[in-house]
Amino acid sequence: MTAMLELVEITKSFDGIRANDKVSLRVEPGSIVGLIGPNGSGKTTLFNAITGVFPIDSGSIRFKGSEISKLLAGEIARAGIIRTFQQPRVYPHMSVAANMLVSSAIRRASFASLFRRAPPEADEKLSELLDFVGLARRRDLLAGELSFGQQKLLELAMALVNDPELLLLDEPTAGINPVLIASLIDRLKAANRERGLTLLVIEHNMPAIMELAEHIYCLAHGRLLADGPPHTIKRDTKVLDAYLGAA
Amino acid sequence: MGTPFALTPARLLLLAALILCGVVAPLLAPAYQSQATQLLLFIVFALAWDLVGGQMGYNSFGNVLFVGLGMYVAAIVQVGLFYDVGLYTEAKGGGTEFVFDVNQFLTGLALGLPAAAVASASVAWLLGSLVLSMRGHYFAICTLGLGIAAGQVAAGIPWIGAGSGMLTPNPPAGLGDVGLLLYYLALGLAVACTLTFAWLLSSRFGLALNAIRDDEDKAEAMGLKTHAAKVTAWVIAAAFLGVAGAIYGNLVRFIDPTETAFAGPTIGVWMILMALLGGKGTLLGPIVGAVVFQITKELFWTYLLGWQRVALGLLIVAVAVFFPSGIVGFVRDRLSGRGGDSEESVPAKEKSA
Repeated sequence: MTAMLELVEITKSFDGIRANDKVSLRVEPGSIVGLIGPNGSGKTTLFNAITGVFPIDSGSIRFKGSEISKLLAGEIARAGIIRTFQQPRVYPHMSVAANMLVSSAIRRASFASLFRRAPPEADEKLSELLDFVGLARRRDLLAGELSFGQQKLLELAMALVNDPELLLLDEPTAGINPVLIASLIDRLKAANRERGLTLLVIEHNMPAIMELAEHIYCLAHGRLLADGPPHTIKRDTKVLDAYLGAA
Repeated sequence: MGTPFALTPARLLLLAALILCGVVAPLLAPAYQSQATQLLLFIVFALAWDLVGGQMGYNSFGNVLFVGLGMYVAAIVQVGLFYDVGLYTEAKGGGTEFVFDVNQFLTGLALGLPAAAVASASVAWLLGSLVLSMRGHYFAICTLGLGIAAGQVAAGIPWIGAGSGMLTPNPPAGLGDVGLLLYYLALGLAVACTLTFAWLLSSRFGLALNAIRDDEDKAEAMGLKTHAAKVTAWVIAAAFLGVAGAIYGNLVRFIDPTETAFAGPTIGVWMILMALLGGKGTLLGPIVGAVVFQITKELFWTYLLGWQRVALGLLIVAVAVFFPSGIVGFVRDRLSGRGGDSEESVPAKEKSA
């Protein structure tokens, strides 16, 4: 079976520092994969490589079997990979509702369709998602007026309403209140189960990622340290050492 | 969902009333007809600047490029249909030799205005890929340079009169008041521009432009076709600027390459000032700004002659300092109380989210 995403020996250096050193990983269609590692271990660099923010030095990135490492950011997004950012990025001077509307299935939208009125079902989906992330009552506020956590939730809702095939989440639970984290995980699992959305998630919140992911990769110093199902990763001494600083 | 640009029945009624005022205005105040025509063209200048500068966040300082281009292209078509352009400019137009009858004059205008739109839009499209890949200050400086360069190029082409300029065709005596004709053309253009922009800004295309303004890389990462959106907005703005320039040329009659056509220090700056004065990034702002600006400018020129440019400079400073979000932005903030009570309406429990 062709992997949804397959990275083969990705290497990326910045001024001699190897941010990613021969990292290989596989994300199967319909799976939820976690990516953990101490700060500075190269997780976000890997996301940037996948989404075409900068070119990689060597290696291969295949999305559903085709090479995407030479594509531009927009082309990769339109192919079906959407990401969120560690520091949430929303459109600050637009209302919450406008943020959603401009993101609604935008990756698949033809340019001409931008000039037509959005179909009513798009508005329904948008409202439903805003309701889920608890921003329904703030739909007319400017996105820049939301708190950090709310902006993170809005960005997630924007990614979901864009209907990606593969969603890359960069620390989705950071800055989110604990009560909401549980329902956030449920929601992501539901999107995975019902719509077949494939997820690759960077997370520092261990209980959350153990609960969410079926398979976890751990990075340290730009290298792949270990991978496996959550329960084995949890007991892996190399992983524990990396987090506690013994490595 | 109500977008700020949707044409609600109330707004349509207001617009209809304004158009009616515009239609009867020259009959009520014929003495101000030329200033009113200029005002209507200024509205188009300000709106067109704002589509790219305010809505999309690409601050162009070279929009005079499209104004001047439209002006020249229309004049060339108006003359060239019936006479040799080179001979016409050599003879400084007019005279007994280069006479346009009513039919010729109207045909020239009817073909010249669309030609101006097509020429400006085409040049915008050709330049778009190059210029719109620059951002922020680079885009601003690049467009500024384009505007200046265009004036110098025009001043070096003898066929269109080079540095000594070009005259638009003499209106034939049999036509009656050509100023009135130009007024209604300008009115039609201003209305068409407003309606087109209202439609564009109420569609997802308008939101796409705002998204580009707020965070272009994010928009690109979401799969939005940012390049196509930018070029489209730039081309639409250029088309309107071209036609407005064409009418403006016929209004002032004499096209000087750097003083009238590619007039960066006057029209080029004014169109930005009008948008900022009224409130950039809004549909109403540039219109309000143009009205306030044109009235103020005419008052300065009438009562403060000699000091008019100083007064205008002070106005610019005052706007930047006291109305950073423009008149419309200022009024809107006051009405909505934004930044004041909006936080209080949020239940405390959800604030921590």
